[in-house]
Amino acid sequence: MTLPLTPSQTVGPYFAIGLGPTIGTHVVREGTTGATRISGQVLDGAGQPVRDAVVETWQPEGVARSATDDEGLFAVVTVKPSRATSNAAPHIDVSVFARGLLTRLVTRVYFPDEGAANETDAVLQSLTPEDRTTLVASVDGGGLRFDIHLQGARETVFFDR
Amino acid sequence: MPAPAHPPNDTPAYRSSELRAPKRPLRVLPERVSDLSTPLLTGIAIDPLDNDLTRQHDGEPLGERITIGGSVKDEHGAAVVGALIEVWQANAAGRYAHANDRHSAPLDPNFSGAGRCLTDDEGRYHFTTIKPGAYPWRNHPNAWRPAHVHFSVFSDAFAQRLVTQMSFPGDPLLPLDPLYNAMPDPEVRERLVARWSLELTQPEWSLGYEWDIVVAGRDATPLHDDGEE
Repeated sequence: MTLPLTPSQTVGPYFAIGLGPTIGTHVVREGTTGATRISGQVLDGAGQPVRDAVVETWQPEGVARSATDDEGLFAVVTVKPSRATSNAAPHIDVSVFARGLLTRLVTRVYFPDEGAANETDAVLQSLTPEDRTTLVASVDGGGLRFDIHLQGARETVFFDR
Repeated sequence: MPAPAHPPNDTPAYRSSELRAPKRPLRVLPERVSDLSTPLLTGIAIDPLDNDLTRQHDGEPLGERITIGGSVKDEHGAAVVGALIEVWQANAAGRYAHANDRHSAPLDPNFSGAGRCLTDDEGRYHFTTIKPGAYPWRNHPNAWRPAHVHFSVFSDAFAQRLVTQMSFPGDPLLPLDPLYNAMPDPEVRERLVARWSLELTQPEWSLGYEWDIVVAGRDATPLHDDGEE
């Protein structure tokens, strides 16, 4: 038996009413050993910040959700996930929702200090070097920076799920 | 090959998509995203009244009181148990309790428009609320969104994550709505329309609407998911 899937629809401009703090921005408390802040801007095709996006991160250690602010910035606090399989580098699965997006966008955050593992990751290695850079966070102060370009020359790689 | 369930992000009739929909094709993962079984949702404290949007203030909101109920299943028919369902909506006059909503319709001091619950052991949910009003938006001249309730489904499987909208049967605005029409197949878009239900109608209290939600299987892959774009 296969039931027909319910179609996705946009989260719209007013999701902040409903997507409340039930799911917060912290997988772990700040100060926990290994706690890492991952922040970044969501940018549209004109390079303008997307002020009404919501970014969710998924990993075995937990999930986090952050709406973007007036500068298009989201921020979550989490830990680096363990390596799942021998040909997968540590990474966090990401969903992006926004007004203007009818279906969520799915991408991944990889870690800049995992160069050797990233070299053997089946997903990263299936991409051109240029595309690969859109998925690897950069070091930013004490945390990591992961900008999400919805369009444009540096458009982030998005997956079919 | 069934019609794709999910609307393409590249939908020019929806003006907001112009600078936001990615231009490059989505990449197919060589292996599927691993499912997550996080302890997250077991630790959430949900007040039993969180699914009643009419009892969040001192007074009752204005509008037609309704009950919305249904099941959440995966595409194989398995109940999705313990999923977090979050809803949000405009008030009966078509105004959201959000600072950016500039529609001149009145706010209702007794209505915030947000609710949540966890699906029960059979994957069922229900909400008590008031029927939202239609409202104008600036997508095209004289554009009005059909009445709708936003739904977010959050289970412990990444493949099942869904944000969508429920509409009401017989709404004359539906055929004019670019978001509804983003699914070209009528059978597909009609899945967003609830069914009026005598069973869910509470005598002398609220009108009932039934709306079942189907999400991807936990092990969904592009090969047997009809939702790929």
